[in-house]
Amino acid sequence: MKNLLILGAGTSGTMMANHLRKTLAKDNWDITIIDQEVNHYYQPGFLFMPFDIYQPHQLRKTVVEFIPKGVNLIKERIQSIDKDNDKVLLYNGTEIKYDILVIATGCKIAPQETEGMQGDQWYKSVFDFYTFDGAKNLRDKFKTWEGGKLVIHICEMPIKCPVAPLEFAFLSDDFFTKKQIRDKVEITYVTPMSGAFTKPMATKELGHLLEQKNINIVPDFNIEKVDTENNKIVDYGGKEIEYDLLVTVPTNMGDELIARSGIGDDLNFVPTNKTTLQSNIKENIFVIGDATDLPASKAGSVAHFQAEILTDNIQLFIAGKPLKEEFDGHANCFIETGHGKALLIDFNYDQEPVKGTFPIPGIGPLRLLEETRLNHFGKLAFRWVYWNMLIKGISIPFVTSNMKLAGKKTEH
Amino acid sequence: MIEKKIAGYNVLCNEQGYLTEPDQWNKEIGLELAAEEGINITDKHWEVLEYLRNQHKQEVAITIRKVGKSGIVDIKEFYQLFPDGPLKKASKIAGIPKPVSCI
Ligand SMILES: Cc1cc2nc3c(=O)[nH]c(=O)nc-3n(C[C@H](O)[C@H](O)[C@H](O)COP(=O)(O)OP(=O)(O)OC[C@H]3O[C@@H](n4cnc5c(N)ncnc54)[C@H](O)[C@@H]3O)c2cc1C
Repeated sequence: MKNLLILGAGTSGTMMANHLRKTLAKDNWDITIIDQEVNHYYQPGFLFMPFDIYQPHQLRKTVVEFIPKGVNLIKERIQSIDKDNDKVLLYNGTEIKYDILVIATGCKIAPQETEGMQGDQWYKSVFDFYTFDGAKNLRDKFKTWEGGKLVIHICEMPIKCPVAPLEFAFLSDDFFTKKQIRDKVEITYVTPMSGAFTKPMATKELGHLLEQKNINIVPDFNIEKVDTENNKIVDYGGKEIEYDLLVTVPTNMGDELIARSGIGDDLNFVPTNKTTLQSNIKENIFVIGDATDLPASKAGSVAHFQAEILTDNIQLFIAGKPLKEEFDGHANCFIETGHGKALLIDFNYDQEPVKGTFPIPGIGPLRLLEETRLNHFGKLAFRWVYWNMLIKGISIPFVTSNMKLAGKKTEH
Repeated sequence: MIEKKIAGYNVLCNEQGYLTEPDQWNKEIGLELAAEEGINITDKHWEVLEYLRNQHKQEVAITIRKVGKSGIVDIKEFYQLFPDGPLKKASKIAGIPKPVSCI
């Protein structure tokens, strides 16, 4: 009997368990998946929780209910990977041998990377919304907050769901408008990038949104520290921005287990082949989702496209055949713009976001790079799709893992 | 894409003045681009620029953090060399694409 071991039962690991149990012969392959958490969170919902659009219970289910029959789930923290001996060490001292390893341990916020961030103001005037606790605490803060300087801030790239902070800014505008205190809230968006949008097409089509919503922007800001005594953030060049309420996206890093195993880069991301998803560490180790060092977006939709390709590649690997070089960095994301509307973007490693229709060329019904109500319902429907189709490994109709250019306007 | 003459060489640039073919770059072009940004190039600058060009060649995403850990400069020094938005300025002078996010 051989053993395929999956590390992490979040979006990617759960999808892989479902795909692989259907494809690997039960009498030859055991499948084991390990996670430290009891709960599986719908992370895209964290964006909405501070604005009371989703309730906590809608975003949390148990890990175990999505693990298919015939897959062995171990609830334990992973200590490290011993790649030379093909085994994984758990916190409780157990060792597990594997023939094939899939790393799906994602990434998480690392506020400790920024001086002053996690001090006594953490969850008082300094918040994140990338965790369940952060989003929930922020919701409670917003309930009583009477206005002031709201600073929405990104520490450094890469972060998961890179558009989420911008969506947070748009939703804040909507939320405080409805609360009738928008005139008392000054919203500033602070980014280490050269703008809120950095690609020419998106800048052209979407550049007006910030101005229209009266959101200030401070680009090229690389944070050195949070000065909680004087309520300001300071960048390496000496720029300072004052806040009353700081909503920050801290540095995102892979799990420490990657560092302990000596296989990651300086942010604990695992070096991975861009097109095959095999690791550059050892040939029987594969990587999926937020744990990779790929220049693709760290998003559930991306992991979904990767899962289909990785499932094929694991079968090819077992058969001793060359792997498919198929992953093209395909991502599609809804961008909530507030006031009941959203944008949809579709892009890959080489092709920047374009205009057109999705997912059916020429028909849609969703429109790319345009603010529509239907896109907003698409975003809300994503939660249902996530729990009922995506992580169970059920294909979503019309949406393919490679990006299709039909129906899209690529000249500009 | 635009064709532009920099330091006597014909090179391809995007609208923001970033070279689109890093192989067309040479030190004279680097000097002239730096002058446009008001930067007087020292040996330290060249070291950073070489580092960035190498990272780009190896298809590694370039970040401020990586530059800070490169062993050449720390982040503060990087700022002193290329004030205000060091990564985008240094990338421009190094003849490599501007760092972008997904949109
Ligand atoms: C605010 C926010 C908004 C988002 N919006 C969107 C969106 O609109 N659309 C979209 O597609 N994506 C969105 N995402 C991104 C999406 O949630 C992630 O890309 C996706 O969940 C990644 O899946 P993953 O399996 O790689 O990692 P995760 O789902 O994070 O899973 C990693 C798992 O590994 C486990 N693990 C890690 N280390 C260990 C260890 N040492 N021992 C044991 N277990 C371990 C963790 O407990 C976790 O369960 C958003 C994310 C956030 C935070």
